[in-house]
Amino acid sequence: MNAEPILEISGLTTVFRIGDGEIAAVRDLSLAVATGETVALVGESGSGKSVTSLSIMGLLPRGVGRIAAGKVQLRRKSGELVELQSLGGEALRRVRGNDIGMVFQEPLTSLNPVYTIGEQIAEPIRIHLGKSHREALADAIQRLEDVGIPDPRRRARQYPHELSGGMRQRATIAMALACNPTLLIADEPTTALDVTIQAQILDLLGQLQKERGMGMLFVTHNLGVVAEIADRVAVMYAGSVVETGSVARVFSHPRHPYTKGLMRSVPRLGTATLLKEAGTPLPTIAGSVPSLMNLPQGCPFAPRCPYRIEACSEAYPKLADAGEGQLSRCIRWQEI
Amino acid sequence: MSHEFFLEVSGLGKDFAPVAFTRGPVVRAVQDVSFRIRRGEVVGLVGESGSGKTTIGRMVAQLIEPTSGSIRFDGVETTSLTRRELRRLHARVQYIFQDPFASLSPRMTIGEILMEGLDIQRIGSKSERVTKATESLASVDLPPDAICRYPHEFSGGQRQRIGIARALTLAPDLIVADEPVSALDVSIQAQIVNLLRDLQMRLGLTMLFIAHDLAVVEYVADTVIVLYLGRIMEMAPSRALYASPQHPYTRALLSAVPSPDPSRHTVRQILKGDIPSPANPPSGCVFRTRCPVAVEACANVVPPLREGAKGHFKACIRDDLD
Ligand SMILES: Nc1ncnc2c1ncn2[C@@H]1O[C@H](COP(=O)(O)OP(=O)(O)OP(=O)(O)O)[C@@H](O)[C@H]1O
Ligand SMILES: Nc1ncnc2c1ncn2[C@@H]1O[C@H](COP(=O)(O)OP(=O)(O)OP(=O)(O)O)[C@@H](O)[C@H]1O
Ligand code: SF4
Ligand code: SF4
Ligand SMILES: [Mg+2]
Ligand SMILES: [Mg+2]
Repeated sequence: MNAEPILEISGLTTVFRIGDGEIAAVRDLSLAVATGETVALVGESGSGKSVTSLSIMGLLPRGVGRIAAGKVQLRRKSGELVELQSLGGEALRRVRGNDIGMVFQEPLTSLNPVYTIGEQIAEPIRIHLGKSHREALADAIQRLEDVGIPDPRRRARQYPHELSGGMRQRATIAMALACNPTLLIADEPTTALDVTIQAQILDLLGQLQKERGMGMLFVTHNLGVVAEIADRVAVMYAGSVVETGSVARVFSHPRHPYTKGLMRSVPRLGTATLLKEAGTPLPTIAGSVPSLMNLPQGCPFAPRCPYRIEACSEAYPKLADAGEGQLSRCIRWQEI
Repeated sequence: MSHEFFLEVSGLGKDFAPVAFTRGPVVRAVQDVSFRIRRGEVVGLVGESGSGKTTIGRMVAQLIEPTSGSIRFDGVETTSLTRRELRRLHARVQYIFQDPFASLSPRMTIGEILMEGLDIQRIGSKSERVTKATESLASVDLPPDAICRYPHEFSGGQRQRIGIARALTLAPDLIVADEPVSALDVSIQAQIVNLLRDLQMRLGLTMLFIAHDLAVVEYVADTVIVLYLGRIMEMAPSRALYASPQHPYTRALLSAVPSPDPSRHTVRQILKGDIPSPANPPSGCVFRTRCPVAVEACANVVPPLREGAKGHFKACIRDDLD
């Protein structure tokens, strides 16, 4: 897909102040999301997925986290190109909720308990699109209908606690889409949901994205969800993108030992029985994720990597071009 | 005396009364649940949030009292035990918690955590307790020097190993593992699942393994029970359950799990609607409001759990589904 990018991140490095020092929670990250495209950011806990999405939206905790390097470029609905990392608070607020819609893991953190669902969806419509109270409320009801909430008129008058978890997540999606954003950032939007409800929400997001031709940045730790929803994927490990490319390529021919290990250790229905009967253990990745406070020299994956050689500890590997848009941050990618 | 079935649960039910001073409805968390576990067997309990998994686990571990039904250990009915006998029973059933962070006291060393149960039960001399603690640390592949360190010095996976070691020090007859890997990263989950399986084989552990993720249970469990709204929908040997699920809910649940293999994408069946509130479960079959093949008769009676192929039970009135 070669549509023009809505979001283009280049060389993003985000650091947090810890004690007297700083740690890089995101290191030299580059990523683009095009119109009508879904890009997934996948990785284990602490790998820097949420920090990446917070950096894009300018929501890093003040005085603690900051963008130390790099550029985050967004094409607004108007066609104007803006560099988000250098926008001030007021200008950023005009972009958030308007050009960029956001959905988080826990719907209750994005919904305010004291306002009705309808009021909360109507608010950004009034603020960003300048509609009247009544028009905005009518739009809000339409949005609720768009996300498959039955009886939207009644639901609009209810408070968040009166809705089930799945219904609340639908409501936050309706809120994120209120102003017809060109980019949707969804950070683990289905992680807190049951698997049958997750299936509904993934289906809904895929459908909405297709209808509206939005770009979507989808953050998740679940490789199955990535395969379900995304066109392209970036795999993160300890703050770095270690591999990126189309989902089809990266998942069927991973060129980084971490991606390969991760793919092997995902439990797959029906295969565990065979392994059990053969007396074979489940495949795993040895060891655990390193702390950002003391990352190893050179390749951050080296201590757990079965392909490690001496050269791996010498320098932080560059992203190598493995062809067809697939990049791997491994010096031995050709042998994987 | 040793019974073939170490644990026998029958007609188990649990109602939760509304919070004091509110006039909320009674929550029927668990209804009419019966199953048995042989010595050395692992039974997996799966179901979505609120289906009653933890409530069953806590009743089995004698942490809460059932509203109805019976629980037998080694043939002995537990509802008739005295306090003293119950305390002794507590040591024989150990509980492993989901959250390895919350379940370990931050101020205690790993050694103290591991020996706490032995101390309470007054088992062995001081040096014997230390030996036991070191042994269980070794069995979960943690170094002996861990004994004088504190929980915060360990990663999530390591803390879960400590939780498992703690359960092992008392050499329990039954382990209730409540979502022991749900809070862990994928690459660590498989390590812990392997460890549990290995321990189970070596020590002949009997285990009730609770999870919301069907794929996690498959490797450990010999038998799998699928719950929905506090009731058993299907119960079968693991192999049969995954290869030929019989109940419409199990089928939907299996089909909802997203697969990471792009080539394996099949048409998914997406269940409509929400899980009803357990305070107001549907009449008849509790699954009927979301069941894609429900018929009118499903509203009339609670479908009994019936055996089809040997050892394969389902609670569904329809036998005409292929
Ligand atoms: N406010 C903060 N102060 C200090 N460090 C932080 C802060 N927020 C995040 N970090 C650190 O940044 C790293 C990346 O965190 P991030 O939240 O992006 O992980 P993630 O990939 O989203 O993980 P998860 O799957 O658990 O959500 C972690 O090591 C985390 O401890
Ligand atoms: N102490 C309690 N008081 C009132 N209701 C309770 C209590 N404990 C559990 N419940 C209710 O009982 C039902 C079953 O809860 P339970 O915790 O057993 O479910 P679960 O299957 O373990 O779910 P999860 O996957 O979320 O852990 C739920 O509706 C829950 O809200
Ligand atoms: S650079 Fe070396 S250590 Fe890092 S992933 Fe590649 S082979 Fe492994
Ligand atoms: S009894 Fe009826 S509603 Fe219940 S699972 Fe069977 S067909 Fe569906
Ligand atoms: Mg996160
Ligand atoms: Mg539970």
